[in-house]
Amino acid sequence: MTVSYLELVCPAGTPAALRAAIDAGADTVYCGYRNCTNARNYPGLNFDQDELIEGVEYAHARGRKVLVAINTFPRAGDEKPWHKAVDEAAEAKADAIILADIGVLDYATRHQPHLRRHLSVQASAANAMSVSFYRDRFGVKRVVLPRVLSIEDVAALIEKTGMETEVFAFGSVGPMSEGRCFLSSYMTGLSPTSEGVCAPASHVAYKEEGGCMKSCLGCVTLNQFEKDEPAPYPTPCKGRYITHGEARYLFEEPIGLNAIDLLPQLKAAGVTALKIEGRQRSRAYVAEVVGTFRKALDALAMGSSKSFANDLKNVAEGGRETFGAYKKGWR
Amino acid sequence: MRQASGKNVVVARSKLTLGPLFFNWPTEKRLDFYSRIADEAEVDVVYLGEVVCSKREVFFEEHLPKVAERLRKSGKEVVLSTLALVTSEREMKAISDRVENGFLIEANDVACLQALNGKPHVIGPFINVFNESARNVFVSNKAKRIVLPVEVPETSISILANTKKVETEVLVFGRQPLSVAMRCYHARANGLNKDGCRIVCGRDPDGLETDTMDGQPILTVNGTQTLSYGYGVLLNELHALKEMGVSHFRLSPQDVDMAAVAKVYRETLDKKIEADEGMAKLKKLTGKVPYINGFYYGREGLSWVEQKKSKTNNKISTRRKK
Repeated sequence: MTVSYLELVCPAGTPAALRAAIDAGADTVYCGYRNCTNARNYPGLNFDQDELIEGVEYAHARGRKVLVAINTFPRAGDEKPWHKAVDEAAEAKADAIILADIGVLDYATRHQPHLRRHLSVQASAANAMSVSFYRDRFGVKRVVLPRVLSIEDVAALIEKTGMETEVFAFGSVGPMSEGRCFLSSYMTGLSPTSEGVCAPASHVAYKEEGGCMKSCLGCVTLNQFEKDEPAPYPTPCKGRYITHGEARYLFEEPIGLNAIDLLPQLKAAGVTALKIEGRQRSRAYVAEVVGTFRKALDALAMGSSKSFANDLKNVAEGGRETFGAYKKGWR
Repeated sequence: MRQASGKNVVVARSKLTLGPLFFNWPTEKRLDFYSRIADEAEVDVVYLGEVVCSKREVFFEEHLPKVAERLRKSGKEVVLSTLALVTSEREMKAISDRVENGFLIEANDVACLQALNGKPHVIGPFINVFNESARNVFVSNKAKRIVLPVEVPETSISILANTKKVETEVLVFGRQPLSVAMRCYHARANGLNKDGCRIVCGRDPDGLETDTMDGQPILTVNGTQTLSYGYGVLLNELHALKEMGVSHFRLSPQDVDMAAVAKVYRETLDKKIEADEGMAKLKKLTGKVPYINGFYYGREGLSWVEQKKSKTNNKISTRRKK
């Protein structure tokens, strides 16, 4: 396999999505076990151990890699599932594990020292000093950077730490410092940090009231819109709220992150890998996004400057796109 | 004086602490506030320092040493809190400088641990400590006290606080911090962005009320920070927390009479008054803002679980206000 312009790291919510991503040109896929040890613990998703072993074989046979996300925070008195996940990922010959909790990092460092450790975005390491702490203390080799940094911030961090970095290239815009956001548990009682569920579908309701539609999470109304308006999924940070008597998307609009036109700048900043978000998305979505990024990366490797941004308009969240925090004005 | 004892824990007199001020009060108001705390408030520990936004730091920085000195003279331990989200070079330098200036430091971003390099410190509520393994790593890294994140439920507190190796602190009064961000929502709510924010957060000394589309107050915005709308209140749970081994009880400053709030908590902790009486007194001090305690019971954070005689009968209400 030739070395990519930037390593393309793609979501595999299911074994079918894993194969789709690899067939569409992913250099690496990431996935999780079917339990609370990963931050996308949704019904119908994820892998059991046999599926993971098969997935790793499928990837390795084609010269690609598999990363296993074990990136939630165990509750006190119940750390075993996380330890088991670390041990089983090693047994399945995963290429690396993606961790967030300091206790799980400590376990992995001591019990599976040869299994490569990446730092999850859920660890919220957004500066050179934090990244250095995880590198020095737990031998972390790569950090997935929070979606709160500009390209200049990213470049400075890489220069200071010499660490491999993986940055979000396509998917959601996460305006909050991830892994430390309790908004969803505030509204549902289920925790993204411990249970791996943010805005779970089980707590979502759409209601018709007085001629308009409302979307709710738990007992909280997160949006209100006309019947023919598109209804964005009610996530706390993408809801519409009233301040000073005026309703607005206070935290972030229902809008997708698309950095496909920033790839040369990310490469120049020293980024190692691009992360495509969406383990909860369909196999068709994965194939389309991965295929487009593959084309863009191959074109860049050949010295072309063709833009591929328009190819992804239809799959972006809310049909609209942003560069997010990569551009300074966002914050 | 020895009071509470958990299974394996012997705890000295419970300490009442005043957490770092989250809101951007004008300098005069802050100086008055801390003078009153020094003179009148029955708190044992005071956390100073900016946690939310480094752009605010300049306003109070020059007064910090004097305020700290005054608090120390009145017998209070002073801890210097640090930013919850560090991203810039300047912020990293500021953290490194703070670590060198002799204060006990509360680390709120892992960056701070790298700067502390094994010096004794406090782990603040913005660093995730949800389980024993994480706690033990922090202890081996010389944490002398751990302030648990607000989301940690009773069932976990009872395990995490059951140790002699580290002190445990829990937030028992004040709006609960729910998220930190790079983006300034206070600026956004005023049609601005963070770089040109005009420090609009200074207009809302108790945070900016944020309602749902159907008019239910739900959150409070404070610059880059989002907090609960209701005040977190664990007054009914103080004795249970003490039994679990919690040694420090944090009051987070709100724009109410905090010295009087401290008195209610002190008297309840010391069993001079019953929790019911404490609740009645507290209500008189805090106005219209509702109370919440859901996280403690493993419920929606915004809910209030009513204390009943028997634990299994706890009544849950998820408030809806028009």
